[in-house]
Amino acid sequence: MMASVRTVYHVAVHVFKESVRDKVLYNLVLFAGLLMAASVLIGQLTAGQDVKIIKDLGLAAISVFGLFIAIFIGIGLVSKEVEKRSIYALLAKPVQRHEFIAGKFAGLALTLAINIAVMAIVYFAVLAWYGATESEAVQRAWEAPAVDPRLLVPIVLIFLQLLVVNAIALFFSTFTSPAMAAAGSLGLWVAGHFNADLRAFDRVVDSAAAGIVGKGLYYVLPNFAAFDVKAVVVHGQSVPAGFVLFNAGYAAVYIAVLLIGAAIIFARRDFK
Amino acid sequence: MGRWTGSGVRQAAGGRAVALGALVVLAAGTVAVQAARDARYGALSDDTRLLYLRSGAVADRLALEYDALAADIYWMRAVIHYGGDRLHDPGEGRYELLHPLLDLTTTLDPLFQIAYRFGAVFLAEPPPGGPGRLDQAEALLMKGMATSPDKWQYPHDLGFLYYWQARDYETAAAWFRRASEVPGSPEWLGPVAAGMLARGGDRGAARQMLTRILEGADQAWLRDTALRWMRQLDALDQMDRLDEMLAEYHRRAGQRPASWGDLMRAGWIPGVPVDPAGYPYELNVTWSTTRLSPDSTLNPLPEEMAR
Repeated sequence: MMASVRTVYHVAVHVFKESVRDKVLYNLVLFAGLLMAASVLIGQLTAGQDVKIIKDLGLAAISVFGLFIAIFIGIGLVSKEVEKRSIYALLAKPVQRHEFIAGKFAGLALTLAINIAVMAIVYFAVLAWYGATESEAVQRAWEAPAVDPRLLVPIVLIFLQLLVVNAIALFFSTFTSPAMAAAGSLGLWVAGHFNADLRAFDRVVDSAAAGIVGKGLYYVLPNFAAFDVKAVVVHGQSVPAGFVLFNAGYAAVYIAVLLIGAAIIFARRDFK
Repeated sequence: MGRWTGSGVRQAAGGRAVALGALVVLAAGTVAVQAARDARYGALSDDTRLLYLRSGAVADRLALEYDALAADIYWMRAVIHYGGDRLHDPGEGRYELLHPLLDLTTTLDPLFQIAYRFGAVFLAEPPPGGPGRLDQAEALLMKGMATSPDKWQYPHDLGFLYYWQARDYETAAAWFRRASEVPGSPEWLGPVAAGMLARGGDRGAARQMLTRILEGADQAWLRDTALRWMRQLDALDQMDRLDEMLAEYHRRAGQRPASWGDLMRAGWIPGVPVDPAGYPYELNVTWSTTRLSPDSTLNPLPEEMAR
């Protein structure tokens, strides 16, 4: 068991180092620049809503940058090894295929965690600077303080959502080309925001069968809309801890299903 | 070999310098060509008055999980549209996009309180300061009330708009009463609702209410708007005093004053009187009455507001 954990750890560290070599962390500079430029530029256009807009923009940027990392690195996690034929050398070592899959997932999760953590630090630093430079009278008009600890909730939920996206991309990566895996992952990410419509499908169609299919898809497709609490928190409203825990549980189960599926498919692949 | 390498390095450096020079020249060229095109065909490429998407529900779907950010973008467009049309009157269609932009903003982010309040005040503002659409202002605030029934500010704003823009004191009182019933609303709302019917068109009552709004105004635009309304009341008071002086002059001199100079020579006023926005009042010589300069930013003044 310990040996297995060590193997997963080594694969994960390798994935992280590779992402650093691929200059993935450059996006952090872009993120910091975007936020700082926005905080300087938008003040004139927002009629007193600048801090809200900086919060919205920061959360959206964390989500978008994270999504690109999750998809565009995730789709190559397995297929790149196959294309470069490095998979032969890897599988010749004492690495089980499921350990390889788990390690790849954990490595990208680590990359995402570090990226999101640094972006969150920059985000709170910009907000703190913004809060420190505004007068008390202006701050009183804000629905929530500039540095609001509740903003960590959407950031955590973005991370959980990206872990699911990571697992989806990895799943596709085990059996298809990077282009197809990207299309599939992006498609599922978009479809995952329309889940509410599928749930209520039986109310808009006459066919009972179509209603059942709609409801079935609601439970099968990833429900990404449920992870989105950005707008609520920015307005100073709290999100119940139970809601976050349920989402964490949902993400954990969904990821487990995808990783087991990926491991089964990968185990059946013949690389001879 | 060494000399060849040195010449190769020099050649490479020269090539880089040429490339850099070309880059700078071409970059400047893109600016020049763009500026020339805009100067000649600027109107053709001006699409700022276009709104491709008018359905909030569709915009909400298309924005996926970035609906709050999309709301911010539409909000900024609303501010730019309103400010731009107010400063540079485009003629026909002035403020035409204000309501759709605010509707989109509030559909994408139903908790965007300022969009309902800012929007309603400026939608109801009569021309030239706004489109004078109290109906759209009411629709926007009703939407806000449906989303957040716990916000007393929405019925309060609607009551004030009925009071200030429509002079409908009965409806205004009803909305103030409704605002006072929202848990957590300020205590002064109840007496305001009660006094509204008794002293509806009273300037003193209006001044009291504006003072309350100014005290509670946490947004710069609301404070500025309330201050402008307060200045309009000051202008009405000043014009009443000037009209009294003009009548008194007529009574004493037996003729109407021909200009403000007559009152200045009589020592009644120190100079040409100016309104609280700094624009000189105009004298209607035929009727001996005072009116605002057409250029004054206080136009149009609220009507039927008794002293």
